[in-house]
Amino acid sequence: MTATWIAVLATAAGCYAFKLAGLTVPQRILAAPRVRRFAELVPVALLAALSAVQTATNGQAFDLDPARLAGLGAAVVALVLRAPFLLVIVVAAATAAVLRAAGVS
Amino acid sequence: MPPGAIRDRHQQVDNSPRPMEPMDGGRWTVDGGRRSANGGPRTADRPPRPVRDGVGLGLAVGVSGVAFGAAAVSSGLTVWQASALSLLAFTGASQFALAGVIASGGSLLAGTAGAILLGSRNTLYGLRLAEILRPRGLFRLPAALGVIDETTAVTLAQPDPAAAKKAFTATFWCLYLTWNLATLGGALGAGRIGSPQSFGLDVVGPAAFLALIWPRLKAGRTERLVALAGAALALATTSVLPVGVPVILAATAALAGALASPPAQGSPAAASSRRASFGLEEAPAAGKTGPGGDAT
Repeated sequence: MTATWIAVLATAAGCYAFKLAGLTVPQRILAAPRVRRFAELVPVALLAALSAVQTATNGQAFDLDPARLAGLGAAVVALVLRAPFLLVIVVAAATAAVLRAAGVS
Repeated sequence: MPPGAIRDRHQQVDNSPRPMEPMDGGRWTVDGGRRSANGGPRTADRPPRPVRDGVGLGLAVGVSGVAFGAAAVSSGLTVWQASALSLLAFTGASQFALAGVIASGGSLLAGTAGAILLGSRNTLYGLRLAEILRPRGLFRLPAALGVIDETTAVTLAQPDPAAAKKAFTATFWCLYLTWNLATLGGALGAGRIGSPQSFGLDVVGPAAFLALIWPRLKAGRTERLVALAGAALALATTSVLPVGVPVILAATAALAGALASPPAQGSPAAASSRRASFGLEEAPAAGKTGPGGDAT
């Protein structure tokens, strides 16, 4: 089994365990306001970080690719215009693709 | 969600999970032009349509599995690995996260840890769903797989536990099937195209993450600060830490946010109003829930 498979299965197992925990642990354990607040904010912090890192870096180096930045910019515009999830993604990818086809690296 | 609810600072008073906006909007009643914690029951504006809501949302969100499948394969995962994630992990943000770390050649350990950490919010959804669905015994094992943003949103929007159970089942089944078929389609399709970059697939992950947190960024200042701090922290440490670790480090921004802005709501009144408000919300209109989904 490759390392990637182990990562895939470990991610699946960990995500499932978190889900199951919610259905099985006593309600009180995670009911503390600060704990809830933290759990609410964790995805915000992590997803923002992921978005930034995947947009602006490649490995351990900064990599400001104009087409990719423009794609993310287009996603922001789509979000401001209240486009649905899938459309946001399509707009972002299409913007980057069109710019690259036009010669923007 | 009702227009205006997003702008409401009072929404921060709610300390419950906030998977999608529609379910939250209904927790508040208009109070002198402002909204405040729901003080009492109000009747649903229309009859519950749990199955229709669930199927509609499941189809709408599930289709974006195409984006995951394509992104996963262009990241270096095999079609089977992409499908295994959708079948077994079934929580989009975590799936995209792992694919992203693999794409950038990062540490698998850090990628896995980040992906699992992203799934921690589902525990909170499970806590709320358990109050309503009251799953027992072994039934909890299959039900747990379906504890994600979308199912929680549709389930909590129903007026009574019977409708809630139907909503959970309908959303789960429809989204699970659609998401997995879409993943397979996207994964197979991505293998046949040339350079993923020429199709802009490298923007899919960042755009999806942004879309997922967008409703929360609009929900409050703390959320925006935490997002900025998390992104800044990750970027600042990218050149000195192994790939994948900076993103985990961003969780400290969430910790700081939680400590700095204790939700005002620890009060019993707020807790009871939340409980009392269950069942009084309007169900989200199918398909109009917009970004904010996860199973994506």
